[in-house]
Amino acid sequence: MAPPRADTETVPGKVILSGSDLHRVVDRIAHQILEKTSGATGTVLLGIPTRGVPLAHRLAARIHAFEGIDIPVGALDITLYRDDLRLHATRALGRTEIPGDGLDGRRVILVDDVLFSGRTVRAALDALSDVGRPSSVQLAVLVDRGHRELPIRADYVGKNIPTALSEKVRVSLAETDDGVDEVKLYGDAA
Amino acid sequence: MIKHLKSAADLDAATATLILDTAGEMAALAGREVKKLPTLRGRTVVNLFYEDSTRTRISFEAAAKRLSADVINFSAKGSSVSKGESLKDTALTLQAMGADAVVIRHPASGAPHRLASWVDGSVINAGDGTHEHPTQALLDAYTMRSRLGKIEGLKVAIVGDVLHSRVARSNVLLLTTLGAHVTVVGPPTLIPLDVAAALAPGIKVTYDLDSVLADSDVVMMLRVQTERMQDSYFPSAREYSRRYGLDAPRMRKLPEHAIVMHPGPMNRGMEIAPEVADSSRSTIVEQVANGVSARMAVLYLLLGGKA
Repeated sequence: MAPPRADTETVPGKVILSGSDLHRVVDRIAHQILEKTSGATGTVLLGIPTRGVPLAHRLAARIHAFEGIDIPVGALDITLYRDDLRLHATRALGRTEIPGDGLDGRRVILVDDVLFSGRTVRAALDALSDVGRPSSVQLAVLVDRGHRELPIRADYVGKNIPTALSEKVRVSLAETDDGVDEVKLYGDAA
Repeated sequence: MIKHLKSAADLDAATATLILDTAGEMAALAGREVKKLPTLRGRTVVNLFYEDSTRTRISFEAAAKRLSADVINFSAKGSSVSKGESLKDTALTLQAMGADAVVIRHPASGAPHRLASWVDGSVINAGDGTHEHPTQALLDAYTMRSRLGKIEGLKVAIVGDVLHSRVARSNVLLLTTLGAHVTVVGPPTLIPLDVAAALAPGIKVTYDLDSVLADSDVVMMLRVQTERMQDSYFPSAREYSRRYGLDAPRMRKLPEHAIVMHPGPMNRGMEIAPEVADSSRSTIVEQVANGVSARMAVLYLLLGGKA
């Protein structure tokens, strides 16, 4: 289940993507994946928990709807590879599920909700190399909010949102957040 | 998260469940080509063993190494302990070396509690006297949950030397916390009523193994410690085996789904017959594998976050 996010619960945020916007963005990324990978053969989608996992499943469902092909979908938990473990209380682990045929020689597309510092993706790349040896790795994110701290970029971006460091981007997905699909931006006044 | 793991009583249901869930994720690693995680890089785990042990020490060592911690093994034999160094002085030495966690096995009940007051790092009890062995209880609970799908409501019979068994004590505490119904079974000399009552509320006691078999989901056999045989707790090994040993005819009385557990090392032919130990109901080898996962979970949850 999604961790509680009480800090943004009380103040009204600014809606960046509504439910229908979000669906269109997912549709577009699915099309882009098909285009850029010439039909998505030999491709595996790996969602990063928590919200990357339902996003990966949605992308796979849309790709199936457009072209009738089934792409393996999995989950890659990166908690044990984080570089900030010692800065916080111990974190509970998420699920890692690697599709049955493995990742060796395949094109892996990592899927996450928000791209921010790039540290999560760095950890995911480390985790990935312990699980298998993909032929290539790409990154798909719903929102890119800038402020990268590492040389990492996304191959597929749903929406670029210029933010201040003090702001918070909150992605809600029906699967993890009580049936609500939206992306909101919360200011530092909170 | 708690800082030390001295007793299974330190764990409430939520924390115990978190450890079991974490162990499940750790177990998934065992099937990977690269079994190592960078999580505890730069942390030092000391295995402080005052008693002989193979599986527990190796299990903790494997768990710590898979999480990339540095492991220092200390056994009382061949160390300054044989020159008469006290536990406290050894503890202060470890403290000076900067141990982030000390895994201790000691013949004296309560040694981990004393140790925790002398060192800054986490203390993990790997068996103290006749008191507790909490990580064994965690791996047993994990094994039950992975074989039977749940722990709450399970009927568990723990059979043997309950009086002297740290495995039994920790299991009773943890299983009761997690909502299982525990019955302890053994000769009256090895389950004094006051001891049983003090273990946990609601625990049942019987001296007749055959009466509980048909209604048990789990039968956990305890090792008969050979040193007890001289102490006249029961007339003879043969009589103990007849009344409290799990043999094939007894195993057939168990429900279809029931499992047989043993913490090891086994006395084959004494408390457990070879055909039972090697049957498909037996989880004895699984328990060893699960031990590494459970201990990785404990080390991660105690050491993984901000100190």
